[in-house]
Amino acid sequence: MIPIDGREPAPPRRSRRAARCTASLADGKRCREAVVADGLCDEHLAERLEAEAAAVTPDWERKLAGGLAFLRRRVTGDYPVDDFGFDPDLTESVFLAAVRPLYEKYFRVEARGLDNIPAEGGALVVANHSGTVPLDALMTQLAIFDHHPAHRHLRMLGADLVFRSPLVAPIARKSGGTLACNEDAERLLSAGELAGVWPEGFKGIGKPFSERYKLQRFGRGGFVSAAIRSGVPIVPCSIVGAEEIYPIIGNVKILARLFGFPYVPVTPTFPLLGPLGLLPLPSKWVIEFGEPIATNELDRGAADDPMLVFNLTDQVREVIQQTLYKLLLGRRSVFF
Amino acid sequence: MSSRVVLITGVSRYLGGRLASLLAAEPGIERVIGVDVVPPRQDVGRTEFVRADIRNPIIAKVITQAKVDTVVHMSVIATPFGAGGRTAMKEINVIGTMQLLAACQKAPSLRKLIVKSTTAVYGASSRDPALFTEGMEPRSQFRSGYGKDSTEVEGYVRGLGRRRPDVDVTLLRFANFIGPRIDTPLTRYFSLPLVPRMFGFDPRVQFVHEDDGIEVLRRSVVDEHRGTFNVAGDGVLLLSQAIRRAGRTSVQIPSPAVSAVGSVFRRAGLVDFSPEQMQFLQFGRGVDTTRLRVDFGYVPAYSTLAAFDDFVSGRQLKKYVDPARLEHLERRLLSTAERRRATTAESGVRA
Repeated sequence: MIPIDGREPAPPRRSRRAARCTASLADGKRCREAVVADGLCDEHLAERLEAEAAAVTPDWERKLAGGLAFLRRRVTGDYPVDDFGFDPDLTESVFLAAVRPLYEKYFRVEARGLDNIPAEGGALVVANHSGTVPLDALMTQLAIFDHHPAHRHLRMLGADLVFRSPLVAPIARKSGGTLACNEDAERLLSAGELAGVWPEGFKGIGKPFSERYKLQRFGRGGFVSAAIRSGVPIVPCSIVGAEEIYPIIGNVKILARLFGFPYVPVTPTFPLLGPLGLLPLPSKWVIEFGEPIATNELDRGAADDPMLVFNLTDQVREVIQQTLYKLLLGRRSVFF
Repeated sequence: MSSRVVLITGVSRYLGGRLASLLAAEPGIERVIGVDVVPPRQDVGRTEFVRADIRNPIIAKVITQAKVDTVVHMSVIATPFGAGGRTAMKEINVIGTMQLLAACQKAPSLRKLIVKSTTAVYGASSRDPALFTEGMEPRSQFRSGYGKDSTEVEGYVRGLGRRRPDVDVTLLRFANFIGPRIDTPLTRYFSLPLVPRMFGFDPRVQFVHEDDGIEVLRRSVVDEHRGTFNVAGDGVLLLSQAIRRAGRTSVQIPSPAVSAVGSVFRRAGLVDFSPEQMQFLQFGRGVDTTRLRVDFGYVPAYSTLAAFDDFVSGRQLKKYVDPARLEHLERRLLSTAERRRATTAESGVRA
């Protein structure tokens, strides 16, 4: 909003030159456009009228107007999507809004160290993966969008199973996700986006409860080489609480093989209690973002040095593991 | 070296005809020879038409006798619709290209070969990167169809490039064409009153406007542009979004029923849904056009979105869901709400 002078607009000067708009601009100068009424040009007049209207319109009416405009945009296809299929309009108004009660009321997520995420430019968030269903990814995305000062969108990199599954695939793309491959990671990072990876993949998310908070192998370190090539920092992220939402005590391998799923979990409540077993346990979550690990001092060719990539991968993994132990020690109970 | 004698295959089809008439108007070009099996329906200017099949040895004679220095090959067809079946389509595409390239290789006058290919050579699968660059390989296997034919055609073209290093080969991979005049399986698809799509999937689609496509082809002939280039409008549209922008509604068909529905449409002659097309409608595809913009030096005038909107307005597609009426409805609802507030405020004052 451009600030508008509080004092009375100066009376129109009786000069041969037309009166000039008195609204001050963002840089402190006067607007100096030709006056329409009230000592303001048409643009600033419209702006002031709008501001006045907004001040008297009750909240619900503004919400109704916003909702109707949103619906019209959706029905007529009038919204932007980026090359990856990311639809910010839908993500902010629907997906994140749907996850928010879960974040605030159910898991009572506490996000720490958000200032370790740069306010602009590319960065790669690397986190541990757990919980049978990738709710941890959604919570991390919401933590950054809601509580980071720059309200950044986390662009998640997912397995190809995600993009093969009906219903899940379009939601993943529209909410900013794309395939976890080097090409896409580098494209996102060099475009200055904030990308997120869960390098443990299905090994991490589908591990039995007995192995909770033990980090699995970190893939082939593809995420590290992508970060080096794009010269962006790696932000380690440790998530505590997600392990307990659906504790896996068994895996029906026959069913998994039959349907091509990586695992079919058995939890204390699922499938025993039927649909009720789909309700996650209300554990208390902490998401901690650690200090960024810079890669811009490394040579771009370092991405092709397997030893260096392995070492850096191990370093990231170790930071996350140590932070997990620290957070677990500091936790009073699973649920509070 | 600029072109003097240009031979265009597939001149009776929409794009071929438009290119021919543009080149015929180019003062630096002496002769434009158009080849096709049927005479062109649109005005092609001073183009000399040769009625021949590219599988016919006549082509070789035409090329040598007319001292053709530039061949524009654009008769690789996308659907078995008009060709009379998949076998005939493959025959025309692959065998035809082989014969044409054999004739080209023997022609000492040839300096330039421009081939209209397609981004379908990248396939469509869940393992695809968001955008394909020219150097990337497809992540899925083709069984048959346009993509496979085009991949084979590109293979033969590269072979010719190796054997005749003196010939400049320009390989143009076009995204799906769209525009107010061109007729493709996809334009017919979006013109259906109720647009079927795959249940649970919403692919990204990318378009190139017909005018941009023609301009890229024209520049390839007139200027020097050796190499392979993706040609597409900036950005992507989601299929559901495109359908909405066309003012249509879509119906989601569960995948077991898709092939049945597809064959009904095919038999009814409405839209040709090949298995490959189905895959495209499931996973979609996007290509990177940095090379076109930087190396080729052409920035498409229409983005994907603008090209699609031009198609919708140019075709005068009847919008079943009308944005203007929706906006009107929205305003009425809001003013009703405002009036109700005003009356309640008034009664509040009176009380």
